[in-house]
Amino acid sequence: MTLLAVNGLRKHFPLKKGLLGRGGGTVHAVDDISFDLTEGETLGVVGESGCGKSTTARLLVRLIEPDEGQIKLEGRAVGTAMPLAEARSKMQMVFQDSFASLNPRLTVEDSIAFGPVVHGLPRPRARERARGLLARVGLEPARFANRYPHELSGGQRQRVNIARALALQPRIVILDEAVSALDKSIEAQVLNLLLDLKAEFKLTYIFISHDLNVVRYMSDRVMVMYLGKIAEIGPSESVFAGTHHPYTRALFAAMPSMDPDRRTQQPPLIGDPPNPINPPPGCRFKGRCAHAEDICGRGDIALTTAGAAHRVACLIAQPGSGHSSAPARAA
Amino acid sequence: MSAVAADIQTAPAAPAQGYWRAVTSRLLRDKLTVACALVILGLILMAVFAPWIAPDDPLKSSIFKRLQPIGAPGFPLGSDELGRDMLSRLIFGARLSLVMGIVPVLCALGIGGLLGITAGFMGGRTNTAIMRTIDVFYAFPSVLLAVAISGALGAGVLNAILSLTIVFIPPIARVAESVTTQVRSLDYVEAARASGAGSFAIIRVHILGNVMGPVFVYATSLLSVCMILAAGLSFLGLGTKPPLPEWGLMLNTLRTAIFQNPWVAALPGLMIFLVSFCFNLMSDGVRAAMDVTR
Repeated sequence: MTLLAVNGLRKHFPLKKGLLGRGGGTVHAVDDISFDLTEGETLGVVGESGCGKSTTARLLVRLIEPDEGQIKLEGRAVGTAMPLAEARSKMQMVFQDSFASLNPRLTVEDSIAFGPVVHGLPRPRARERARGLLARVGLEPARFANRYPHELSGGQRQRVNIARALALQPRIVILDEAVSALDKSIEAQVLNLLLDLKAEFKLTYIFISHDLNVVRYMSDRVMVMYLGKIAEIGPSESVFAGTHHPYTRALFAAMPSMDPDRRTQQPPLIGDPPNPINPPPGCRFKGRCAHAEDICGRGDIALTTAGAAHRVACLIAQPGSGHSSAPARAA
Repeated sequence: MSAVAADIQTAPAAPAQGYWRAVTSRLLRDKLTVACALVILGLILMAVFAPWIAPDDPLKSSIFKRLQPIGAPGFPLGSDELGRDMLSRLIFGARLSLVMGIVPVLCALGIGGLLGITAGFMGGRTNTAIMRTIDVFYAFPSVLLAVAISGALGAGVLNAILSLTIVFIPPIARVAESVTTQVRSLDYVEAARASGAGSFAIIRVHILGNVMGPVFVYATSLLSVCMILAAGLSFLGLGTKPPLPEWGLMLNTLRTAIFQNPWVAALPGLMIFLVSFCFNLMSDGVRAAMDVTR
């Protein structure tokens, strides 16, 4: 069942130039993104820094207002058919910086109870729920409930943040680089905790990370983003096979291998991603792509189906597109 | 859950204590700050209980005993140009001087804090409107502004307090605004917004507690400036009116006696110096104690 449907999400940030005018161009942070989220799955989102992963997450929970596009939660359009407050209680977020995402003046218990209290739960019951969640994320309430964030380790703080996100009993949890700042050993524990919680509370995850190994471990489906657009989206195994989009291939080639014989010396990608300010038309990857041809710059490249539930934004995967490597159009 | 146990064991063995408790205990260990706080406290008590402490009536003058030196019989700290007992006048003067030093800063803390937090939290046009208006007041040096407002309103304690409040609103609002802007963009405020909380709840729970600390410290550093400005206004005849005892005014009226009896003439100035010095050191101490959060 489709829990969340995102259609044509767009956010451009205008740049200010000089004292008055807005002539400085626009940053195309998120440009026409559409995807569905099925109940119970984990959608991994990967991409280089600045590709719009976090902006997408913030657009989903409306921390930023989108310029265009529609978000449907449980089949109801957020902001119209479903009030924002209700949508927010159903979609919660865990941030990367475990310290910055906890109020230093509140005890752990009060931080977790804040959301439920705001939504009208009496304070004693909210505290009770907070303690229950603390126990559930592996922090003994008797020892931790009255502590302040600076008295906890990074892993413990992130557990608190997870408990805080769960306090409103959401259906979707967006994990924005939630484990990226943790030590590897702690990271593994928190990942396993996330998997346990997902099963127990029947959660759906959007898992944003730049760590491809972690995404592979966590995700059912993977969405690859490049400069504010979806390059490729599909089932985890199929995307990780890396056979469809040249960018995905390059990205996965950059994964450090555990096998010394398979280590590469060559950089998989040359150059930095192009400037997201007023990007050129056509494929945004064409400047760094080994397969780029003139036709890649002609117009926007739609996502085309490439196998079961797998869609790719590349002319090579699009039969009859005119790209020399593309297969002929099926008759 | 052995994995969890491992994580818990790596935790620092920090005792579970509150932020303010930690700040207090750090403050109490700072001997200089404690000493300054005690001096201020002593002066406040002195002001409150002035009628019982002062040996004489501060308004009782005597033509024959003018400008007695320090230690003269009946006048432990000498007498002023109208033969009034200096010790009693200094003790009673603490009342007006402290009120004029503290009340404007408190009022400005309320108004400026409110303006600054509103501007910082709302951002955008509201911010521009509030902060640019405040910048207009910034265009004048604070002494000049205080003198101009007091002069326009006329002499008097209430008018002096009002003008000093207006002088201190802009700096406090600016500090409150910049701290709020910083706090507002932190993840925990984002998380609170994502949990569906309204602006009021966010400001009350997440902004106020984190903004008022630094703003309060800044305001304590203004206390000494305010004391001196208030004394200055009285010195210029724009604050307290004679014969009321107030340190700034006493300094003014004794000015003529500086060649006859310099030590007595310097006493009110010494008191102003002592109080502002203690306020300054105290605010430094509070700032240091609050800094070591992480």
